Amino acid sequence: MSRTDQGKLLGVVLVTIASLWLLYPSYQYYTMSPAQQQAMDPAKLGKLRKKAIHLGLDLQGGMQLLLEVDKSRLSPAEAKDAVERAREIINNRIDQFGVAEPLIQIEGQDRIAVQLPGLTDPERAKELIGKTALLEFKLVRSADEQRTLYQRLDSWLAARRIVPSTDSALAKTPLTGLMIDNGFFRREDVPTVQKLLATTGIDSLVPTDTQLLWGGEDEARSGMTGRSLYVLKKDAELTGGSVASAEAAVGLENTNPGAWGVSMKMTPKGRADFARVTGNNVGRQLAIILDGVVQSAPFIRDRIPSGDASITGGSFDVNTAKDLAIVLRAGALPAPVKALAENTVGPSLGSDSIREGLTAGVIGTVMVVAFMAIYYQLSGLVAIAALALNLLYLVAAMAYFGATLTLPGIAGIVLTVGMAVDTNVLIFERIREELRHGRSIHESVRLGYDRAFRTIFDAHSTTLISALFLFQFGTGPIKGFAVTLSIGLLANLFTAVVFTRMIYDYWLGRGKVERLSI
Amino acid sequence: MLQLLIGTDIPFMRYRRFAYVFSSLIVAAALAWFFVKGPRYGVDFTGGTLLQIRTNQVVHADQMRNALEAEGIQAELQQMTGDNPNEYLLRFRTQGDPVRQVQDAISKHLSGVTMELRGNQTVGPKVGSDLRQKAIMAILTSLGAILVYVGIRYEFKFALGGVAALFHDVLVTLGFLMFTGREVSLTVVAALLTIAGYSINDTIVVFDRIRERAKALRKERHSRVMDIAVNETLSRTVITAFTVFLAALALFLWGGDVLRDFSFAMLVGVVFGTYSSVYVASAMALDIWIAIDRRKGVSAE
Repeated sequence: MSRTDQGKLLGVVLVTIASLWLLYPSYQYYTMSPAQQQAMDPAKLGKLRKKAIHLGLDLQGGMQLLLEVDKSRLSPAEAKDAVERAREIINNRIDQFGVAEPLIQIEGQDRIAVQLPGLTDPERAKELIGKTALLEFKLVRSADEQRTLYQRLDSWLAARRIVPSTDSALAKTPLTGLMIDNGFFRREDVPTVQKLLATTGIDSLVPTDTQLLWGGEDEARSGMTGRSLYVLKKDAELTGGSVASAEAAVGLENTNPGAWGVSMKMTPKGRADFARVTGNNVGRQLAIILDGVVQSAPFIRDRIPSGDASITGGSFDVNTAKDLAIVLRAGALPAPVKALAENTVGPSLGSDSIREGLTAGVIGTVMVVAFMAIYYQLSGLVAIAALALNLLYLVAAMAYFGATLTLPGIAGIVLTVGMAVDTNVLIFERIREELRHGRSIHESVRLGYDRAFRTIFDAHSTTLISALFLFQFGTGPIKGFAVTLSIGLLANLFTAVVFTRMIYDYWLGRGKVERLSI
Repeated sequence: MLQLLIGTDIPFMRYRRFAYVFSSLIVAAALAWFFVKGPRYGVDFTGGTLLQIRTNQVVHADQMRNALEAEGIQAELQQMTGDNPNEYLLRFRTQGDPVRQVQDAISKHLSGVTMELRGNQTVGPKVGSDLRQKAIMAILTSLGAILVYVGIRYEFKFALGGVAALFHDVLVTLGFLMFTGREVSLTVVAALLTIAGYSINDTIVVFDRIRERAKALRKERHSRVMDIAVNETLSRTVITAFTVFLAALALFLWGGDVLRDFSFAMLVGVVFGTYSSVYVASAMALDIWIAIDRRKGVSAE
């Protein structure tokens, strides 16, 4: 064996050992039963999972969200790092929600891509991530101030004959005529009232330091369901920034001891502010507003020095209370976010895809392998060994780069198998041709490799070029496909040109070979 | 030694005019369909929602449709065949969150039927047009890069023939996808690009041999040189096409619904990619070669 041959052999052996070593964590991780995973130290399990090949959401199930941060209402200074702050806050929320291996990335100017593998409740996660969670404490205007405003609105609407119906009782008081008591409207009347309040020009009647906001939907009062309208002082007394911690809790309301809610503790500064605001406004109502909806508006009975506050309301259950506590702890998003695209794959679909992808991959490979063995005999077996190494290097490289295996990625692997076979076919056919021209076996093998190499190189280069462009400009499935294809092509160049050549050199170097099994 | 197609001497180039007519007809049909009717784009390009649901019992497509229509849900319904007749694909071209609506419609109108959400792909209109642009970018840039590479490695006549074959294969495959009513989605675009790669790969193998033979056989007519080269590479061409076809067929038959359109495109692309290496790429290179000679005043034909 010559020195270069020894070098090649050493190279192949080293790459193969390295590949097996890289794949060992994947083997460990994916052969583990759920019970074994439970028993393992979470930190160790996390490390193992990081080293194992990542499965795409299409294979393991989960949710992918593309969010857009709406910066339109921010000042330029606020807009500057709004997306980065939003990413951090979403990251915090997901951390506390508990998803293994989430991926949260900024894409482009104002988009955030969120990947949550293994998620089972997409609706809840969407709610949690998408909530702006802007918490505000605002004072409710006094009864007199409210009455004055409503009267002004009524007469303005009546003068313009903007009335909800032909009912003569409503001709003079279009708005307050529908009111049951103290800002409360029946559910069926709410759309009418909203339409009245949306009349152009009505804004000018509301003082600039005052604001009208709705309470939660389906509120029960005096045996009816409906919704309350609040007249508030526009400037917030405190915001979510004053909240130090928040927990889901039960029994926060005396009137409804079984109900869930969220109890909050304030920061030292928040505590001082809260004490001052409550001390100065005893007897008035303080509204707690979340994302523009009044959650509740309790009367201030006394100065509250402890800084304890709570959010309660009829609609909370244990999950929604927990999620609200999470978003309050993680903080408000600097601007509202909107889901631009969503892709959810249920766990059953994912495992079906794995099964189908593997079945197809195995059958395809077996057919190709069988054909090669029959057509090229011993040389076919060399090609199959090269193919096996090729696949081994491919998956090992994916584990090393932390690439994600997706269903289109499996398609890319199948195509790699096709390309690998073609490489060997090119070489073998060329060797056969040289043999037919009466050249010696040594000479034929050498010429076969040399002459086929240029073609193989061109073929791989063009495919690699298109794969790289696919990776650069492609999205989602295209990218996954491009990744496996590019790695596969490189692995193939190595196995076909270095590995199989080495086998032949060894084979032919052992003495006189009468007949080449090809 | 098991051998197929060795020592053949098929006069491929003699029939190239028939092939021109055949190829032109298919390409023209594909282009006409594309511009007049347009392909059926997947939700990733149009925006909208694609829901994949599974019910606990098989419900006839009409019954399912009635249940949805009763709730005013406008969706394109497709029932899966084969092993999964209790699975349905619902396409919504409009925006909104239809999961709950569908759930309500089923529980309200189909008694005893429960559904499991298998997948939900929702794409906003803005993202849809983004993805469309990116896909077009990916196709054009990778085709452009291949063109540059082939242009550097080969003479002009070859590069032109190779690129013509590339467009031919992509268009014909797109045509077959449209004729069979398949959806053009991101995955299918990936398949089209793979076919582009395969097509140029196959063309290059034949071109390499033509170039090699052209040097050795200076005295022969150009068409003869081409025929010899094509015949010499024929066994490799057929074997490779056959193995890639096998791999794609396995994906088509066992790879599940997600990969079906992808593998269908691959099957069509492999057949036409092999054909076009000879009858588009080489044949065009030959005619350009002859035309160049004629202008120079030489006649090799």
